[in-house]
Amino acid sequence: MENILVLTHADESGSALSKSSLEAITAGKELAARLSATLIIGVVAKDAAAAAQALASTGARVLAVSGEAFALARYASDAAATEALCRAANATIVLAPGTSRFTRVAAGVAHRLGGFIDTHITALGGKETVEATRWFYRQRVEAVISRDVRPWFLLLDAGTHAAFAGESQPIQIEQVTVSLTAMRTTVSGFRAPAQDAQTIRPDAKMLFVAGAGWTKKQPDGQVHVTEAGELILGFLRATGASLGSSKSLVDQGGEGNSVLPFLTHLNQIGQTGSTPRHQKGLSTCCHGEEPHVVGWRFIGDRRAISLDPNCGWTRGKADVVYVADAFPVIAKLNALLEAKKA
Amino acid sequence: MANALHIVVCAGIVPDPLQTLEPVTGPAGPGLKNEMVLPAVLDPWAACALYEAAALAAKNPGSSQNPSRVWLVSLGPKAKLQQVMMTVAQKVPFELVPIDGPIGGFPDAHSTAAILSETIAALPGLDRAKLLLFGGWESATRGAGVTLQLVGERLSITDQFQGVDQIEVRDDGSFEVLERVEGGKHQVSVCSGAPAVLGWATGNLAEPRNNPQVGMNNMRTIMPALAKANAVKLEANGLSYVSVSLPKQQRETRVVKDMTPDQIAAELVEWIGAE
Repeated sequence: MENILVLTHADESGSALSKSSLEAITAGKELAARLSATLIIGVVAKDAAAAAQALASTGARVLAVSGEAFALARYASDAAATEALCRAANATIVLAPGTSRFTRVAAGVAHRLGGFIDTHITALGGKETVEATRWFYRQRVEAVISRDVRPWFLLLDAGTHAAFAGESQPIQIEQVTVSLTAMRTTVSGFRAPAQDAQTIRPDAKMLFVAGAGWTKKQPDGQVHVTEAGELILGFLRATGASLGSSKSLVDQGGEGNSVLPFLTHLNQIGQTGSTPRHQKGLSTCCHGEEPHVVGWRFIGDRRAISLDPNCGWTRGKADVVYVADAFPVIAKLNALLEAKKA
Repeated sequence: MANALHIVVCAGIVPDPLQTLEPVTGPAGPGLKNEMVLPAVLDPWAACALYEAAALAAKNPGSSQNPSRVWLVSLGPKAKLQQVMMTVAQKVPFELVPIDGPIGGFPDAHSTAAILSETIAALPGLDRAKLLLFGGWESATRGAGVTLQLVGERLSITDQFQGVDQIEVRDDGSFEVLERVEGGKHQVSVCSGAPAVLGWATGNLAEPRNNPQVGMNNMRTIMPALAKANAVKLEANGLSYVSVSLPKQQRETRVVKDMTPDQIAAELVEWIGAE
């Protein structure tokens, strides 16, 4: 019989589980029920007792590693913590959210335990075995895989399962002791744009994709980068959308061209960027394959504004393509959205 | 600055992103149709790692007796490696360590990591105490983001960073690293020094321009290295493929050519507001 361990960690507050962790709990419960397997939950947090309260209604055995050393993500301490949890649970299958914290350490821990790992899992299926779905070649090829070796670590992509929601109440947890050697790495904090300048919003319903066309010469023969920036930021303010960008637009900064000052590589979607999950996506001035094929793979409802009626990359990828100049469209759109708000 | 760095960059080769990919299943498992004739490039994130490595080595040259060095360890079919190196060699100085093996994203990452770590451990002249192991945080083929981590574990390196966009080496050998985390933020860490693993995201450097002089210098060592490349086979490690397919979803795109900006904006407002 399989022993399924779901690894979880706290969110930024340190006393509640991250949303991705709760999604992994749902996946673990479903898999354990299907395989008639034992479900164990492992928690890594500064205050694991508080974080684990959300797990009271799972009925699962809860193991925890707690303490100041586990407040922030760091390879050496997180690897030691998750290794200890896996050993204490005697896990044959380990599910974990594909957060930056666990993707940093899970492969290393799998190796320490003589196990194997697969990541970016989007679905778990199979009848008596475990079959995991994941993408290859940057979301271009989809495969279903299986492994007959254990322990098998599976890292789940965010947004692929509903977050577990149970009544929060005190719960009995088993503390697992981890002895750490002297740490060579110190986490000193985070760097982020100011709150009102943050354009990456993973929880937004909409993704707005800005392509290189925003910084090209317009019909009057001039570039209008400042105006483009104001229009894009105006749209983001009005809708709360997250901002994605094509590689070509971000790269212009490194080549000394006029750029939108609020764009960084973190905004980039596609081959060397992210593949975010949002309900809707609106692409503008974007004529490349990567944002439409790779970056949009997990966008539900997709529309594009493009001057090129024959743009092959939007055909078959977007639901609606408006053949138009994005400058006047977004200007009017922002005005309408502001009026609607008022 | 006297800090000599020994930077090993792990980078695979991948089909050019603009190629159409079609999966096929053969006796050896899944692969891509006409994989060996598809134009290939250096894996994009790993290429960022190589450019960052070269820039870091240039900034921290070490001394004439003890210079900084950059190795590029790459596993792939020898002929494809040679083809890709004709371009990559013109970008930045490095010493190629080729491994003649299979191409593609379907072989198991654990097997790849085992071969890479054995190769790195046997590199002549490598001082493991100075080792910075670089690579892309994910490949454009398997995209698992685990190979570099596994190589690090196999080399007993327990300071690892993924999604790196910046490293700043200090005079005392310690360094500050910026790693991507959720929500468009960077986590800032300070490590007391090498050895460490850094899986790079895009970094901050633009792709270097081709430099024929650098290309000629690199090719002097690349061609002999390719001639001596060891051939390897990769184990499956219990990994099996139930199915491999292209996504079936093809959207019926409505192309709107005859609406004014006002009309488009009005339609978009409704669409944005609709739940």
